[in-house]
Amino acid sequence: MNFLTHLLNGISLGSVYSIIALGYTMVYGIAKMINFAHGDVIMVGGFIIFTLMSTLGLNPFFSVLAAMIVCTLLGMTIERIAYKPLRKAPSLAVLITAIGVSYLLQNLALLIYGAESKSFTSVIPVKALSLFDGRLSISGETLVTIPLCIVIMIGLNFFIKKSKTGRGMIAVSEDKEAAVLMGVNVNKTIAITFAIGSAIAAIGSALMFSAYHNLSPTSGAMPGIKAFVAAVFGGIGSIPGAMIGGILLGVIEILSRAYISTQLGDAIVFLILIVVLLVKPTGILGRKIQEKV
Amino acid sequence: MLEVKNLQVYYGVIQAIKGVSFRVEEGEIIALIGANGAGKTTILQTISGLIAAKQGEILYGGVDLQKIHPHKIVAMGIAHVPEGRRVFSQLTVYENLLMGAYTRTNKDEIEETLEQVFTRFPRLKERKNQMAGTLSGGEQQMLAMGRALMSKPKIILMDEPSMGLSPILVEEVFDIIKSINKSGTTVLLVEQNAKKALSIANRAYVLETGNIVLEGDAKELMNNESVKKAYLGE
Repeated sequence: MNFLTHLLNGISLGSVYSIIALGYTMVYGIAKMINFAHGDVIMVGGFIIFTLMSTLGLNPFFSVLAAMIVCTLLGMTIERIAYKPLRKAPSLAVLITAIGVSYLLQNLALLIYGAESKSFTSVIPVKALSLFDGRLSISGETLVTIPLCIVIMIGLNFFIKKSKTGRGMIAVSEDKEAAVLMGVNVNKTIAITFAIGSAIAAIGSALMFSAYHNLSPTSGAMPGIKAFVAAVFGGIGSIPGAMIGGILLGVIEILSRAYISTQLGDAIVFLILIVVLLVKPTGILGRKIQEKV
Repeated sequence: MLEVKNLQVYYGVIQAIKGVSFRVEEGEIIALIGANGAGKTTILQTISGLIAAKQGEILYGGVDLQKIHPHKIVAMGIAHVPEGRRVFSQLTVYENLLMGAYTRTNKDEIEETLEQVFTRFPRLKERKNQMAGTLSGGEQQMLAMGRALMSKPKIILMDEPSMGLSPILVEEVFDIIKSINKSGTTVLLVEQNAKKALSIANRAYVLETGNIVLEGDAKELMNNESVKKAYLGE
């Protein structure tokens, strides 16, 4: 029974990693860059919800909705101001800029909210479920997180496969120039990608902080990096890869905390990344990209 | 309908196109022939806006295309079949064709064009739901042409359509180009296969390291001694 509890917690945490990882992997697929500020967008989402709910007393649903809107605008603004001017710059310049944006967001939050961590009230009104005479208890957060993340993933997949904008996104990710020849506005497509990734990150933020409660200006960094690891693990640029990578990572993290060592949980996660990259550099579902010479 | 005037294009400090001028009239097939590296692809990419010119004008219906956003050019009636086909391998044949109609909004009209493309390329209809990456080279060329036709272009730019194809397929591709032209689409054709290109073109321009060195009626160029020697292997 204990194992089942850990497994469910792992899947729950993992599905949050998955939906955050979607932001990394979509942006990588389309703009060929790693948006290291993505994790901090999660933190901003957390503070928006915290402020609206705990300080202003707004309803959780509207708080999350507002956070989604703010994060969407934030993601698009970051792209427009920091990354768009660097479209033709070397990837190292873009990477450093992304790290710069990450620190900027963290320090802005530090300035506004201070360094002390806040206690985040769960946005999820669902009660814990007790099964097998109380031997298996599933938290309300887990009950909501897993299905919600699955719905988001299916929805996103459907959007990308079936909508015109989605097809445009696939086209841009595969061949920017050919996409332009079809009449796809690449800049707009990249902006939409950032918008979607950031909106989903806001939901991820609500779910994650509801389960773990601690919110501080650096709260986005660790889950951000882990979601990035999940994206690489699954094969960066691949959407199903991000989903599989995220869930595997969450399960591995929780199980190793439970059965190996509480302190070494994160170390094991990163160790796995190193091993995966050594054995299969493209990740589980990653495809080898053939560069035109 | 298309007039290129004194076009100069640079890659960094290297000048790839050194002041090229030519024109394409409505209904024509115009061939740009020349060896590898002469600048043929560069010219087409500059017309489509993928590369910015340093100097010169590209007038299309009186509008300078360089002032138009690259992604808006296809909606003006200019389709480009790029070198190496560049179909979207992760999309199906059908989805690739829909990409060709990306800027069009009327669903019924798109459906109508789709039927026309399927009539012209029955093989694409058979493979409608197959991933484009799994098609053979010839089929990918058909798809690239079909995809370009999906935008209902007035002029179609074709970059090395015969590249890497077997002689039978080359024959087929050139027949298709002729029939596309017959149904009212102007064609600007870039080819290394000068013999085939000249055989279907009305007029042609011979490009050598960024300059036009010869131009004229395609039939006359075919009998030109220097063209024969340099490009027709006679």
